[in-house]
Amino acid sequence: MYEPIVEVKGLTKVFKLLKAVDNVSFDIYPGEILGLLGPNGAGKTTIIHMLLGLTAPASGDIKVFGFDLKKNREKIIQDVNFSSSYVSMPNSLTVKESLKVFARLYKVKEKEKRISELLKIFEIEDIEDKLVRNISSGHQTRLNLAKALINNPKILFLDEPTASLDPDIADKTRSLLKSIKKNRSLSILYTSHNMKEMEEMSDRIIFLYKGRIIAEGRPEEIIRDFRRKNLEEVFLKVARGE
Amino acid sequence: MEVFYWPLLDLLVWGFITVYLAQFRQNLPGFITFFLGALILWDILFRSQQGISVSFLEDVWARNFLNLFASPLSSSEYILSLMLVSVVKIITVAVIMAALAWVLYSFNIFLIGISLIPFVLNLIIMGWAIGIITTALILRFGQETEVLAWAIGFMFMPVSAVFYPVSVLPPFLQTIAHYVPASHVFEGMREVISKGGFPLNELVWASGLNIMYVFISFLFFNWNFKVVKRKGLLVRIGE
Repeated sequence: MYEPIVEVKGLTKVFKLLKAVDNVSFDIYPGEILGLLGPNGAGKTTIIHMLLGLTAPASGDIKVFGFDLKKNREKIIQDVNFSSSYVSMPNSLTVKESLKVFARLYKVKEKEKRISELLKIFEIEDIEDKLVRNISSGHQTRLNLAKALINNPKILFLDEPTASLDPDIADKTRSLLKSIKKNRSLSILYTSHNMKEMEEMSDRIIFLYKGRIIAEGRPEEIIRDFRRKNLEEVFLKVARGE
Repeated sequence: MEVFYWPLLDLLVWGFITVYLAQFRQNLPGFITFFLGALILWDILFRSQQGISVSFLEDVWARNFLNLFASPLSSSEYILSLMLVSVVKIITVAVIMAALAWVLYSFNIFLIGISLIPFVLNLIIMGWAIGIITTALILRFGQETEVLAWAIGFMFMPVSAVFYPVSVLPPFLQTIAHYVPASHVFEGMREVISKGGFPLNELVWASGLNIMYVFISFLFFNWNFKVVKRKGLLVRIGE
């Protein structure tokens, strides 16, 4: 068995009186796609923010690559990246310039080569000289994903990465992420409201409800345990408190 | 709040200018030099502060903020980069204003002489300190307080003695002005224009206060940054 790449133990976050994340523990293994599933307010995004060191936990431990995140964030974050449909790139720069900024921040070697590769992979070469503010939301999402891979991360946190993509590009993006994961043993923590996508993408799923883990396992195991036909039905059962 | 803030500032600044003109109308040396020089120098301070706080807001508005802080960029590096951006903005604005003052009013800002360099540096540093504190406050209290990016700089205008000497102010405001670096710069500027020479005493005061304030502003920002991470406010402003 591989050693986990991320170890989360007893993670808790309280906002005023609300327990957004309540004593959550899980591991992520090399080359694994772990899906975080749950209705709005379940704590998915808060967990990602804590794993990135953007929000400090009230209690609990996070280890990434075997190092304590609190003490070694600077070192860890060099091999981590993230993308979210709620976040954009600097809009006064061109597509290529904005990738250059992040290539520098992550100290990427052979920046030009890496940027050209990513522009090609995400099919945004033809808009490389356009200002980010002038590109479509679909292109923005692809640019965000290109940014997320700029440093060849070992682990990727993706918060609803395909939310604003059309079905064709969303499908291409999923295929691409799966092929990158397969070829490079990339670990991915994935959130989405698209249940089909979660079923297709995730090796394992953690189901969150009101900040707590209520189910964990392979998608088919969760569907079986809840006695439903698919994840969407499981989601509806949990969200409606049935 | 805004309804009272700007009229109050206008009343204070223009009121003290009126008092100054009434008291010294017989012997106002270099009237245009005073006013245009003061205006250009004040704008340097204002742009310096905006170079920090408005550039920060541009990252917030562009929703790029979380991308930056999810990267290896530290909060201190971010502030340093904003300082560099502010220098570029200041140079651009100062060149344009100096050129326009020369073309439109035959006013040469360089008449102030060698003192202009430490004056400008002190105003930039004071602008940075205000900008860093403003940014920290917006981070802490959210985008609803982004008006601070424009308002806080002007709060210092009445006690910076930009267009009139400190002596025009009532005693309690004179005491406050004494601890505002910009007031020493503008007093120094008036001294240079009216008497010539190098206003060493004023510059030592301005520099000493600025070193202290910029240091405090860095400490405040870094402390505040930890607080907003603990309270989950960093991600709230970033999304």
